[in-house]
Amino acid sequence: MGKAHDLHHKMSNYLRKFWQRPENLFNAPFGQALNPWYHLGALTFFLFWVVLVSGVYLYIFYRTGVREAYQTVEDLTHEQWYAGGVMRSVHRYASDAIVLTMSLHMLRNFASGRFHSYRWFSWVTGVLLIWLVYASGINGYWLVWDRLSQFLAVATAEWFDWLPLFSQPLARNFLAPGDVSDRFIMLLSFAHITIPLVLLLFMWIHTKRMNHAETTPPLPLVVGTLLALLVLSLIKPAVSHEPADLTLAPNVLNLDWFYLALYPLLYASSPGAVWALVGGITLLLLAIPWVFKPRAAIPVAEVHLDNCNGCERCFRDCPYSAIVMQPRQDGRPYALQPVVDPNLCASCGICVGACPSSMPFRSSDFVSGMELPHQELAALRTETDRALAALQGDARVMVFGCDCAYDVRELKSEGVGALSFPCIGMLPPAFVDYALRDARADGVLVTGCREGDCQYRLGIRWTEQRIAREREPHLRKRVPLERIECCWAGAHDADLARSGLAALRARIKQMPRETIPQDGAQEDVPEPEDKKMGQSL
Amino acid sequence: MNKPLMYLGQGLAYAMFAAVLGYFSTSPKYTHLPADSALVKLSFTHAGQRKGACRERTDEEMAKLPTNMRIRKDCPRERSNVTVELEMDGKQLYHVVLPPTGLSKDGVASLYRRLPVPAGTHRFVARLKDKEGGDFDFVRDETVLLTAGRVMVIDFKADAPGAGGFMFRN
Repeated sequence: MGKAHDLHHKMSNYLRKFWQRPENLFNAPFGQALNPWYHLGALTFFLFWVVLVSGVYLYIFYRTGVREAYQTVEDLTHEQWYAGGVMRSVHRYASDAIVLTMSLHMLRNFASGRFHSYRWFSWVTGVLLIWLVYASGINGYWLVWDRLSQFLAVATAEWFDWLPLFSQPLARNFLAPGDVSDRFIMLLSFAHITIPLVLLLFMWIHTKRMNHAETTPPLPLVVGTLLALLVLSLIKPAVSHEPADLTLAPNVLNLDWFYLALYPLLYASSPGAVWALVGGITLLLLAIPWVFKPRAAIPVAEVHLDNCNGCERCFRDCPYSAIVMQPRQDGRPYALQPVVDPNLCASCGICVGACPSSMPFRSSDFVSGMELPHQELAALRTETDRALAALQGDARVMVFGCDCAYDVRELKSEGVGALSFPCIGMLPPAFVDYALRDARADGVLVTGCREGDCQYRLGIRWTEQRIAREREPHLRKRVPLERIECCWAGAHDADLARSGLAALRARIKQMPRETIPQDGAQEDVPEPEDKKMGQSL
Repeated sequence: MNKPLMYLGQGLAYAMFAAVLGYFSTSPKYTHLPADSALVKLSFTHAGQRKGACRERTDEEMAKLPTNMRIRKDCPRERSNVTVELEMDGKQLYHVVLPPTGLSKDGVASLYRRLPVPAGTHRFVARLKDKEGGDFDFVRDETVLLTAGRVMVIDFKADAPGAGGFMFRN
């Protein structure tokens, strides 16, 4: 397992570097927030709804008969090209796009190491979704009942006949024209409703362990994707082959390679070989979370009930629903207490950043209500103190960074101190206040993964909202926002991080130092008394 | 990057997305069957003859059986293999020995085989044997014109109306 993990680590480094090229390319025109590479899962969800809506329209006109099936699709395509034809094409292209975005989503998560430990459930259900997407798509192609449908029906039957499951070959059902009945077409259309419904169920299950799962892409991406599908549908409408005729063998076919790439392999090799390939790939994908498991177990966040009043912020902010609230058991006068599920905890520390008792102003041996055992806040405060004490010059900046993003230690200099958290979401807003208090720093730079690409999904979102005072625990009002710069720079975005730092330093040089809160503002610093905890800081 | 350039870049990205979808949704073309070929599908289900002969039970044997199982004829369950061969223009195209299905080997033997052949006129001879030893029980010899892309189905029904045996459906 350890060797496999090392292999994956090396592989993922290459993959990440390879992956970052198109991502960087897209960052320029789209910006980080709208980069489609950061919304592949949500785009897949959106495309599913496009397929569903266009499919419902097509189904209104579709008639389930051997001849009627082909004829109604032809009528939709040619007689009603402006509506039915466009809908058919959008239905086709959105289905193809699902395969594209789904595959990229999976590859990207593999390259980013987002598949093991607490993420195994999403990975495994994602693998099952691949089968369901393919079953839905291939089933849809049968409904046209043209030469391609005929080829797929016969080839699928021949493929399944390799399995020792049927007393008679399935392919015998497609020997002659009379073998296919209207009821068969009806069965196909029924399957084309049932399988996508099962797919939808699994899509819901797929995101079940994700708190605040992103299933809707940003509006500009929705509009852009829809426009691209519409324009493509008008330029190159989806059309049928000749009607199915079982007395003739399909000759040259315009295959949809997104869904049907395996079919030529059936005849180039054998049905058994294709089963081995498909089964092998499925098993390999299913095994990935355990084969490439990290060597060391992930440390689990700890609850310290002495400093917890059950305010539920950690519960609300946890990206992986690893925290549940249960009846209080320590006898203190609060209704609930958080309990961490070690199997789901990502050790990101976002719960630590959410805890109102994560206050560096407190006594020297302070402990927060939530702590990461390997990154205790008291130790992080000591490191912050050390970094602040070493700052010199006239534009002194404390940088708070993220282990998953650009390495902030590379920014260190005479006037710049740096401290990295497992995720920027672990940064309690009070640490920003702490750094600026008593003019120990003139500004604070907050960095993390690229916007929309947070390794722990919600770290950037929560941090931005806490600093903007839109989410508890929010940054105190006394802290001037113009002395804070948020710069989302990925692991290889040195230029971005440096330019963010330079912009902040240039800005604070123009500002008088006295605007920084001075010592003596201690009166609004709450101590972790039970009654005060859980209120807004 | 200024706004017009950003929109241009986005337009290019969407165009690329659409181009990939548009191309691979129908291209490259796949040739399933070469233009000068036809297809023969040899397929049937048929139960081979019983391996042993049936015999009549004696009255004593009948009396020992429960009332609902008193059938005079006693037949062995196991059936013979079914041997099939197909010859085209004097050359063997396909030969197979199909065992009976089922744990007791008493089920039917099934076959589905697709055989691409050059288009044109061919003489086909189909033979089938469904018993132990001896010659083929069923033989059909037919000359057929197979145009390009045509599918000819060779089915078999031992008890079909008429003589029974192979049916060439072209």
